[in-house]
Amino acid sequence: MTLAPDTQDKFAEYAHPERLVSTDWLAAHLGADGLVVVESDEDVLLYETGHIPGAVKIDWHTELNDEVTRDYIDGAGFSRLMAAKGIARDSTVVIYGDKSNWWAAYALWVFTLFGHEDVRLLDGGRDIWVAEGRDITTDRPDVVATDYPVVERDDSSIRAYLGDVLEHLGKPLIDVRSGDEYTGARTTMPAYPEEGALRGGHIPTAASVPWARAAAEDGTFRTRAELDAIYRGEAGLKDGDDVVAYCRIGERSSHTWFVLTHLLGFERVRNYDGSWTEWGNAVRVPIVRGTEPGEVPVSVNRSAQAAR
Amino acid sequence: MTTGTVPAKLAEIIDDFQDLTEPDRLQLLLDFSRELPALPERYSDHPELLEQVVECQSPLFLTMEIGEAPGHPVHLFFSAPPEAPTTRGFAGVLLEGLDGLPAAEVLAVPDDVPDRLGLTRAITPLRMRGMSAMLGRIKRKIRESVRDEA
Repeated sequence: MTLAPDTQDKFAEYAHPERLVSTDWLAAHLGADGLVVVESDEDVLLYETGHIPGAVKIDWHTELNDEVTRDYIDGAGFSRLMAAKGIARDSTVVIYGDKSNWWAAYALWVFTLFGHEDVRLLDGGRDIWVAEGRDITTDRPDVVATDYPVVERDDSSIRAYLGDVLEHLGKPLIDVRSGDEYTGARTTMPAYPEEGALRGGHIPTAASVPWARAAAEDGTFRTRAELDAIYRGEAGLKDGDDVVAYCRIGERSSHTWFVLTHLLGFERVRNYDGSWTEWGNAVRVPIVRGTEPGEVPVSVNRSAQAAR
Repeated sequence: MTTGTVPAKLAEIIDDFQDLTEPDRLQLLLDFSRELPALPERYSDHPELLEQVVECQSPLFLTMEIGEAPGHPVHLFFSAPPEAPTTRGFAGVLLEGLDGLPAAEVLAVPDDVPDRLGLTRAITPLRMRGMSAMLGRIKRKIRESVRDEA
């Protein structure tokens, strides 16, 4: 059973308004049949300090990633996870989290790999819920385990691998990292630990649009007009474009994937989750340093063949 | 890599963590996070006296007061926002485990102490590096201070 969408004016401007809910909508629907609220944060302890009443926690690292292979969980793993969180195949899932929904968007993207149909973000995420003084609790929710089908993960439509990106060169790429990561001045976010990329810079031709530009001061998404000005105006995306977004490990670019797909309506957007921690370490892939996007090198097709 | 002895208080905290299951270890870290004391006024009114440990995923500021010879007892002061409970928890462990010890004992703390809490799987190696960075910063500041005095 899925719930009716939040029909507020701001959302109506977006391509897929049903992908967002406001704090008002969520407060009014808490406890509704068919709704499961999920918190997904960067800080692994934040949920435990207090969360939206009834919300369950999903940790990106220990629950969505495979613990051995650098990959996401498989269909059986996702089925077990959903069952344990009380999520059914037809549940309306609303995800929220810290840092402008950065990790929440990542979780939503992983849900989408498994084709979970009704999955939405809370506009503004955890911070705005707390800032508005709404209820939070440390009570653990009563979860009734469900039966969730084993659905094979479909990486083909929204996930790009290294070889896919090499083949993609020449079509739009969005680099969502900070400016210094884009130019190659540094290989990790300011204030974040080094994650071991051997080379700095960006994928040739990628436009630099740091992910957080899509969020307003209060963490909510910018309006449709503001987002169009950034992505269609500055970055030059056009209707019908086939777009790949990347960052460092694929989390920040999930946020941009959400914006391009659900808010702006681009139909072919893939997240390259290998991102810079793969590209910046891969042998013989082309890299551009500095502020200019750069050109596709002529020798790239041979590399693409080798990486397939 | 320093391979000295773990001070008794810190060793006790490590044992407490090791005795627990993984979910309970996280709960204990959360307790440390909640108990991290606020800064005394002489620092809360003067945030410029604190320095940021940039390797932590969330903002973490620290300063220290190093006492007179012979022991040079070390006092630690941490500040991190409530929305960064993991970082606060790490700070709380270091505060309870090290505060008031002589400088030499803090310098002798093995660098792999964060790994001994048994949190690496749940917290991730990347996040654990924030705690290693705090310990590293504390030691560096002690060395600088002792050098300035010499």
